[in-house]
Amino acid sequence: MTASPQPPPSLRVGELAYAYPDGTQALFGVDLTIGAGERVALLGPNGAGKTTLVMHLNGILTAGHGTVEVAGLPVRKDTLPEIRRRVGLVFQDPDDQLFMPTVREDVAFGPANLGVRGAELEHRVREALDQVGLPEVIDRPPHHLSFGQRRRVAVATVLAMRPEILVLDEPSSNLDPASRRELAEVLRSLEVTVLMVTHDLPYALELCERSLILSGGVIAADGPTHEILADGDLLAAHRLELPYGYVVTDRRR
Amino acid sequence: MHVPDGFFNAPVSVAAGAFAATGLGVCLRGARRELDDRTAPMAGLVAAFIFAVQMLNFPVAAGTSGHLLGGTLAAVLVGPYTAVLCVSVVLLVQGFFFADGGLTALGVNITLMAIVTTVVGWTVFRLIVRAAPRGRSVVPIAAFFGAAVSVPVASLAFTALFWIGGTAPIDVSSVAVTMGGVHVLIGLGEGLITALTVSSVLAVRPDLVYGARGLTAPLLLRTPGGTTEVATGPAPRPHRSARPLLAGGALVAVVLAGVVSFYASSSPDGLEKVAADKGLNTHEASHPLGESPLAGYGVKGVGSERLAVGLAGVAGVGITVLAGGAIFYAVRRRGRSADEAHA
Amino acid sequence: MGAGHQRQLYRPGDTLVHRLPPQCKLLAVACFAVVVVATPREAFWAFGVHVLLLAVVAAVARVPPAFVLRRMVIELPFVVFAVALPVIGLGARVEVLGMSLSAEGLWAAWNILAKATLGVVASVLLAATTEPRAMLQGARRLRLPPLLVQIAMFMLRYMDVILDEMRRMRIARESRGFAGRDLRHLPVLAKSAGALFIRSYERGERVHLAMLSRGYTGTMPVIHEGGASAGDWATAVLLPVAALVTAALSWSLS
Repeated sequence: MTASPQPPPSLRVGELAYAYPDGTQALFGVDLTIGAGERVALLGPNGAGKTTLVMHLNGILTAGHGTVEVAGLPVRKDTLPEIRRRVGLVFQDPDDQLFMPTVREDVAFGPANLGVRGAELEHRVREALDQVGLPEVIDRPPHHLSFGQRRRVAVATVLAMRPEILVLDEPSSNLDPASRRELAEVLRSLEVTVLMVTHDLPYALELCERSLILSGGVIAADGPTHEILADGDLLAAHRLELPYGYVVTDRRR
Repeated sequence: MHVPDGFFNAPVSVAAGAFAATGLGVCLRGARRELDDRTAPMAGLVAAFIFAVQMLNFPVAAGTSGHLLGGTLAAVLVGPYTAVLCVSVVLLVQGFFFADGGLTALGVNITLMAIVTTVVGWTVFRLIVRAAPRGRSVVPIAAFFGAAVSVPVASLAFTALFWIGGTAPIDVSSVAVTMGGVHVLIGLGEGLITALTVSSVLAVRPDLVYGARGLTAPLLLRTPGGTTEVATGPAPRPHRSARPLLAGGALVAVVLAGVVSFYASSSPDGLEKVAADKGLNTHEASHPLGESPLAGYGVKGVGSERLAVGLAGVAGVGITVLAGGAIFYAVRRRGRSADEAHA
Repeated sequence: MGAGHQRQLYRPGDTLVHRLPPQCKLLAVACFAVVVVATPREAFWAFGVHVLLLAVVAAVARVPPAFVLRRMVIELPFVVFAVALPVIGLGARVEVLGMSLSAEGLWAAWNILAKATLGVVASVLLAATTEPRAMLQGARRLRLPPLLVQIAMFMLRYMDVILDEMRRMRIARESRGFAGRDLRHLPVLAKSAGALFIRSYERGERVHLAMLSRGYTGTMPVIHEGGASAGDWATAVLLPVAALVTAALSWSLS
């Protein structure tokens, strides 16, 4: 799993350790590298430190120890604006992410913070909404959209910043099957690197070639998704379970 | 109560507007200190919370129900400056987006419901917290008194404004008695629900209660060797920034409880004066409180009529505090024994 | 009060009034309200003109009278108060229909009713023809403190979300047989309120993180600066100016 030196990997995390101010340590030395254009699932049980890791990727939390690099740029205080452009974080609850009065203003919020204005801004907004297949909702207030639409608009809000890597926190949660499929189609059509944090294993299998298991604050497994999901013992060891009746056969055998 | 247009004359409306604008200016700066760059989203969410909680009707007494004003609650939960902003924004939104409360009365509404309730409630709260021994258990009790006092004081402030620039020809002292009487009850409800809400937040997320900051026991660190040491965490947020507000609040409370009621009886109309000359506000006997010593906010047996009313104002606030305290302790004890029964 | 205005007043439309820049409408309505309050109560005819002015605005904006009337319910508690005024008011008494009423009280009741009603109708027309977010833009362009406008923006955005949460909590309470009737139920309601606060606060924190993640540095980007033309202003000031002329006439006549 070594990335080629050129271009630099979209994301490189080295020896990342972090403890919350109250003393609870959540990460105990995370190492991972994600190459440009990869779609990777980050699997792990509740409390494994997934959200904590995600918060490090765009510098909302700063590493207690170790490094985070996005496309070669280390996360530091002085690089934060560029890091936040490069890392598009999609939160689990789209209501948290869509805070502006209309979809247009919400999608424009990120690029506008980067100084984009006028026709270019409008272009970015339309482009991002086209990418998620919702150009028609541009003037609607977010709370009038369906949940699935809101999740896709949330993806658009970060796409408008033209990120290097898209990080999604539990993208399939609370979606009905149709919305789930529509979101999968959107994600597949994107050309950016995707890191998907989830415990929805079938969704990981559907979308991601490669999976990581984060457990106990370290990366416990890293490999092709179908291999990891076929290893029942590995999954059981980290409190991960496939849905009832769902069997993944390891294609190597 | 959202005062509509036409209730107060133009000078009072304008003066209250200027006062409210100044107060908001101070609070905008203060809220930045309480919440830094989180101010806009946090205060916005808290404002939405206040708006929602104002719809939560609670039973006051047989058949009647009241709803929270929320000034003291917000102050204890998120800090006084942010609280004033949140309640003001709620009022502004109600005025402009829902046509609730007159636009020219916005100054009066903000002054009374956002500034006076919050400042008075927070002042009383802080005075009690400071006087009491360190510990969180005092926070809900202090919150109760803060809220319970803030509501009748706001109604006295209303009376004062009414006395200065009201458009209705009602005897000011009867306004004071009616408003005061009703709002002592409402204040008790406000106090109870504020205290209970604060204590339920304290039980789950004590870190969120602004008024309880600096009241926690220091953290302990356990090392693998089994030894325990006291953590040297970041110092608790000082409350220094709220000191001017405290002083202002104390001033407002004193002015309203004493001076305003002192003058409240100097109503310019003849009937009142005749009654006063005869020694007692006899026509007040028709009020529900007519037989009580505080009828018409005048204390019997005190020589100067004005002084008597002033004393009555102070005594009224005192009685609110005492009655509230008794009820609160009763409820609390019942809650505690219920908890013990569960355990 | 405070209950019952979950539904917003805005009525989408494409009329002259709807199209006016929000800052013009805001200022016009505020000035109108001030002029109304400053109109002497003895000048009945002036209030008639004010009503006529609002009727014209409503007609141009195609806001049906029934809509305005329904929204005026909000005024009701003060109507009750105003009706009581002549009875409890002080001063000289007059005989009306066999009842002894306070003349001063009658004047006061008329004064409050007339002015409050005009104020409410003007506000209803403003809210009915201006989208909430446009109102916020207008407030910002009128140089209201940006922080205040932002707080209002977040409040409006999350109001429905939080009311929804509150409704779900109520259903959860009621489906387990709870009915808030007397004082003993206060602790339960207060626990709901506490939980609601925690949810609101934590959502605020998450929203802040979401903003940071998209490059927020403490100031909201100003995206579109839709200024108002002189023509817009000229149209908007018609209402307060006409009202002012009316009021000025009534001043000079009285």
